[in-house]
Amino acid sequence: MPSLDDLRKRITSVKSTQKITKAMKMVAAAKLRKAQENAEKGRPYSEKMNNIILNLSAGVSDPQSAPKLLVGTGKEDIHLCVVLTSDRGLCGGFNSNIIKKAKNYFEKIQKEGKSLKIVTVGSKGYDQLKRQYGKSIIENISFKESKNINYFDAAKIGNLIIEKFQNEEFDFCTIFFNKFKNVISQIPQVQQIIPLENENKNNDEKLVSSYEFEPGEDEILNNLLPKNISTQIFKAMLENSASEQGSRMTAMDNATRNAGDLVDKLTIQYNRSRQAAITKELIEIISGAESL
Amino acid sequence: MDQFNLEIISPEKSFLTKSDTEEVIIPAIEGYMGILKDHIPLISFLKPGIIDVKSKNETLNFYVDDGIVEFKDNTLSILTSNIFDLKEIDINIINKIVKDAEEVLKKENIKDQDRYILDQKIEVLNSIRSN
Repeated sequence: MPSLDDLRKRITSVKSTQKITKAMKMVAAAKLRKAQENAEKGRPYSEKMNNIILNLSAGVSDPQSAPKLLVGTGKEDIHLCVVLTSDRGLCGGFNSNIIKKAKNYFEKIQKEGKSLKIVTVGSKGYDQLKRQYGKSIIENISFKESKNINYFDAAKIGNLIIEKFQNEEFDFCTIFFNKFKNVISQIPQVQQIIPLENENKNNDEKLVSSYEFEPGEDEILNNLLPKNISTQIFKAMLENSASEQGSRMTAMDNATRNAGDLVDKLTIQYNRSRQAAITKELIEIISGAESL
Repeated sequence: MDQFNLEIISPEKSFLTKSDTEEVIIPAIEGYMGILKDHIPLISFLKPGIIDVKSKNETLNFYVDDGIVEFKDNTLSILTSNIFDLKEIDINIINKIVKDAEEVLKKENIKDQDRYILDQKIEVLNSIRSN
């Protein structure tokens, strides 16, 4: 049975924790709005880029001469996985969801006897993966310094991937991130970026095949595909940051509520033991008086 | 003069949309290219240079590093990651880009194509600076 003093201290400490989680929730809500706005603003670029590539790749008739970034190397031996996570914790299941998804994928690949290379973006992902997959992690990138997500950071990752691809260090490249659905649910995603997977293959949108290309189609594709990689990564980073804030908001909201419940429970316990102590004292006084 | 739509999009946001453009001159990789209404569908990409946007009342000038251009249904879309309005551009930014480009040029193992693009970049920026 904790003493009255202990209980009082506990109540104060839970209350101050509640204040912190409440403040974090509000900060996350404000940041979420901004992150969502950014994600929306970034959408036209990647959509347009996708469209152009779709139009271009529709014109590629001979897969032999097509750029390798589009059709792959023809081998399936080495997989590069880029895992995008956050740099900060206290955001609920945000990071663990991505890691879980990624680990499933890693196991599948290793079972098939293919080799695995991992690039982690964000320190949380690195921390969680280094114990089990430390040997496979070839690069750990973190953008703790940059306040907002910007395209240059994404381009840095993109260029790194392309460089490795050109040195034939891997055949497949996949990225892992959380797609923002709404504040409560974020869905971990696996997206293959090399070779390019066409999401809208069944799209019936009329393709204008009578484009004039300057210079030739191949050259444009060669110029465009590396940019597309950076764009896809940038898009994933934007989605991820919105998800992170959404996840943190929900987690902190829950924490605030739990702290409230705990304070209620402790207060009842405190009052009960206070009353018990008073009753005990009264009994002592009465029985003392009676014995006189 | 006949008008068409122009949209300039950067990864972060939609940079500019205009519906009263009359002529746009873009620094395509094989040379400057003027685009008027009813141009045939076109896809090309850019080298460092100046984009001139001419509409009835005003002319806008932008510096771009690179980009992709698509013209379709009388809409010109320019996707670019690095774009500055010439009226607002900061001399320090120009200096920094030039310096970075010169650094890269000093390396020995760069490809001819990259060298060409970097040379272009420095030339264009120097001409902006001297104006």
